[in-house]
Amino acid sequence: MKMLEVRGLGHTYRGKDGTHTAIDGLEFTVDPGELVCVVGPSGCGKSTLLRTISGLIKPTRGSVSLHGNPVDGVPSDLSVVFQDYSRSLFPWLSVTKNVEFPLRKLTRRNRTTRAAEALAAVGLDGAGRKYPWQLSGGMQQRVAIARALAYRPSLLLMDEPFASVDAQTRFELEDLLLRVRREQDTTVLLVTHDIDESVYLGDRVLVLSKSPATVVADLDVPLGQHRDQITTRSSDAFVDLRARVAGLLTSAPARVR
Amino acid sequence: MNRLLRFAHRWIVFAVAVVVWELLTRAAAHPYFSPPSTIAEAAVRLWSSDSLTEDIVPGIGRLLLGWAVAAVIGVVLGVLLGRSNTARLALGPVFNFLRSIPPPLLVPFFAATVGITRMQLPVIIFGAVWPVLLNTVDGARGVDSTKVDTARVFKLSRAQWLLGVVLPSALPKVFAGLRLSLSMSLILMVISELVGSLNGIGYQLALAKDNYDAPGMWAWIVLLGVLGYLFNSLLLLLERRALAWQPRHSLEARALATGG
Repeated sequence: MKMLEVRGLGHTYRGKDGTHTAIDGLEFTVDPGELVCVVGPSGCGKSTLLRTISGLIKPTRGSVSLHGNPVDGVPSDLSVVFQDYSRSLFPWLSVTKNVEFPLRKLTRRNRTTRAAEALAAVGLDGAGRKYPWQLSGGMQQRVAIARALAYRPSLLLMDEPFASVDAQTRFELEDLLLRVRREQDTTVLLVTHDIDESVYLGDRVLVLSKSPATVVADLDVPLGQHRDQITTRSSDAFVDLRARVAGLLTSAPARVR
Repeated sequence: MNRLLRFAHRWIVFAVAVVVWELLTRAAAHPYFSPPSTIAEAAVRLWSSDSLTEDIVPGIGRLLLGWAVAAVIGVVLGVLLGRSNTARLALGPVFNFLRSIPPPLLVPFFAATVGITRMQLPVIIFGAVWPVLLNTVDGARGVDSTKVDTARVFKLSRAQWLLGVVLPSALPKVFAGLRLSLSMSLILMVISELVGSLNGIGYQLALAKDNYDAPGMWAWIVLLGVLGYLFNSLLLLLERRALAWQPRHSLEARALATGG
């Protein structure tokens, strides 16, 4: 069974000054264990896509189902890593408490172990008692990733997760994500506007058109499981693929509204 | 040494003012302007008499109890209203009307309804509730949208949402409201005791005036100043502890901005 199935998904916002169709007729699926990157020009409706998939907003057309169950409201086995870690983390809770906070249904002991495991997985074993603001941006985003992982979601959604950190940290976090999903076999749907990032991280790359977004291409990324920032990024397969994605993005036709 | 210097820096102007006051009042020898040394004598005499248990303690008791009740009502209602657009819209005009009434005007009303000996507490509560309530509403409204989304994604319980997200988000504003309420409580405590009461600090102040006891009058005024300063300092201490999670720089900036 598909982990995620998106069928004819469309969303139109109705405001005072008319309507705005952010996404339209989106069709794709994600298999269990896959890491799929969605790349699109800025303002193309990527956030709307994520918000409809996560059940935060109800789409006006089409359907989303998570392992066969139609999404109506936020599914209990889905978690999200937001772009803005400083707003998404709770500054009044320590790092450990931030990770434990959503695990209210577990016993105290299970909560503690789960949080400790998740923090270890993102390399933050020693920082549990600190407050988020005492950490660098990259480390704060690791906390957010740990929180999402400790929740053990069937599907992890990531909304431009590395867009707010510097380039060096972005590379580190990308490798961290690849390692963690390999270790924990997590299914990930990651939205980005960074072409290189989408190719480097993804098993597949979905290329979106300008607003209203539709899927213009669904590309396999034949780069294998083990990737490396230097050798992978300079390999022919990587260079070819990023050129293809870039070409698709620039030529993606803007549909007349 | 550094501490000593800071202490000196903080209090030097105050000390000089007291000395100047002493010299001026001694030179003028005006019946209504007593020198600090005479006021201190009166204070020792008054505060160590039966007044301590019969006026000061009951007065402080009213102040703190009224303020505490106002704080609880204000915070609970504020958190709930802050997250409900319908309720806020419907109650906005009512609240704005009620809080625009100068609270001392309620003294005659409560004196008539609950009686002159028991009206102090309701007066304090009614006057002190608005700053906490309105600030809490404002703080609770201002939970940023990413935190709202985060709470929804992780399916937080209602209790977790209100106590673990909304309340801490609103806490800096809540404390701003608590501080305003505290000074409002002090004012209303004195006014309600001045106008009609059989004991309390305000009552003794009025009594001293009627007896042409200027040093005694000043002694009660000084006591009110000391109490206001003390309670505000304690509240500030509590606020620092409760908001210890805030990044240092913002806390200091806020303390500067609010004169704490």
